[in-house]
Amino acid sequence: MDVINLSCNVDWNFIEEVAKESGQNPSLCYQCGNCTAGCPYTQYFDYPVSQVMRLLQSGQKDTILNSKSIWLCATCETCTTRCPCEIDVAHIMDTLRIIARRENRVSEKDIKLFYDTFLDSMKQFGRIYEVGILLAYNLKSGHFLADSDLGPKVMSHGKIHFFPKKIKGRDKVAKIFERFQDKVKKHD
Amino acid sequence: MTEREYAYYSGCSLEGTASEYDASMRAVLKELDVNFREPDDWSCCGSTPAHTVNHVFAAALAARNLALVEKIGLNTIITPCPSCMMAFKKAQHGMTKSESFKNEVNELLDEPYECGVESKSALQVMYEDIGLDAVSQRVTHALPGLKVAPYYGCILNRPPEVAQFDDPENPISMDKILLSAGVDVRDFAFKIECCGAAFGVVKREMVNQLTYKVLSMALDAGANCIAVACPLCQQNLDLRQGQVNSTMGSNFNIPILYFTQIIGLTYGLSPKALGMDKLIVSAEQIIRSRITVEELKKREETEAQVKAKKPEKKPVKEEAKPEENE
Ligand code: SF4
Ligand code: SF4
Repeated sequence: MDVINLSCNVDWNFIEEVAKESGQNPSLCYQCGNCTAGCPYTQYFDYPVSQVMRLLQSGQKDTILNSKSIWLCATCETCTTRCPCEIDVAHIMDTLRIIARRENRVSEKDIKLFYDTFLDSMKQFGRIYEVGILLAYNLKSGHFLADSDLGPKVMSHGKIHFFPKKIKGRDKVAKIFERFQDKVKKHD
Repeated sequence: MTEREYAYYSGCSLEGTASEYDASMRAVLKELDVNFREPDDWSCCGSTPAHTVNHVFAAALAARNLALVEKIGLNTIITPCPSCMMAFKKAQHGMTKSESFKNEVNELLDEPYECGVESKSALQVMYEDIGLDAVSQRVTHALPGLKVAPYYGCILNRPPEVAQFDDPENPISMDKILLSAGVDVRDFAFKIECCGAAFGVVKREMVNQLTYKVLSMALDAGANCIAVACPLCQQNLDLRQGQVNSTMGSNFNIPILYFTQIIGLTYGLSPKALGMDKLIVSAEQIIRSRITVEELKKREETEAQVKAKKPEKKPVKEEAKPEENE
């Protein structure tokens, strides 16, 4: 296990930023470990979720934002449901992911790419188009054959449609994206 | 039963790989005399990807749909997909709790959302509004031999503050609905463990390992079928069952049915109408075992008679014999 020196690189602003943006008070965490005990992904995390909370209390911005954990978290809400201090831990994980995205340091590039491909499809058609997302993801990620073994199964059971369903209001959906991007630019 | 009208939001997966969930849901709701209307021109709820970008943005993508429901004058929306439901419930929760959040969301929308729509999962509507009695009244068929493990997945009932439905640690609504339909339900310890959610494509091995546990626990519970209420759970457990077998060296062959498909079968609906042919792990045996409730009664009566006629063999001697091999 990595030893982290908690006395150096303490970023007090970061603690403040996460608290404000998530609406949660990380200092309430007393390290009981309930969240980690229930987290189905903990075996894949580089820092278990209770450790992320501790790192947050001690302002370890870099360690947190570079961690895989924040991207591997599936928002299953187990930690939030079980935290005795009523901290919305999953929401903090979500907020950390958002900040990592904003600061352009994403440890799990493929996961982000998959999400982005999903959102692109949504912006373009208004609804998402599963086959298109898979193909686009495979192309962009370089994992050309991801899930290609499932293709025949899906096709023989008539589980896909071959063309996207474009909705009439897709420009309205695209506008939500644009307005949001404008807002972000203004704040920059 | 009083007539109720709901908005029905199927969501993107139900147009694609989960079309059997949509078909069986519509068929069962119709049997239960539920009136539902689809909001015109609905868009994607934003699902998980949107909330990795920004919470206001995510809420806006969901709220656009809630505003459409408001526009057609309805105040409850049914969503079969837990991911859509969570997107709606979170938007609603955030916007009613904070005026400034509500304003920020509405700034992104063409038409503002006034927060007048409650979202419910189809399971919640069946359990709370329609009621177990009404669910059982329509039952005409039995599925003897079927032993079901009800699998809720992670976010259907959690976090409790947002979901506001059933128990977050040991939900029972699906158990009770299936019991009302006369189905043998097994107590299943992994009913709320995560199946790997949307990571199937990107982190396939991780998902295979997680679903392996869910499938094993269902078998341990004595189940020969898993009932689900989520298109992602279904996909991970059914479509990827072959992957699990090849990565984990297992040989699972357990059908994963939407709970609405099981109920539809007990209502005598045709397997085709319930999209049973879309399941990857075949449910043929379950379908073939279906008999009418009368047939089941007759069968049980004959069995009882046979038992009554055959006087119990006198096992006394047998038992008195000491076991030879010991
Ligand atoms: S929400 Fe994320 S961190 Fe919390 S238990 Fe689930 S996977 Fe783990
Ligand atoms: S469950 Fe809550 S209090 Fe306990 S370690 Fe996790 S965040 Fe801290």
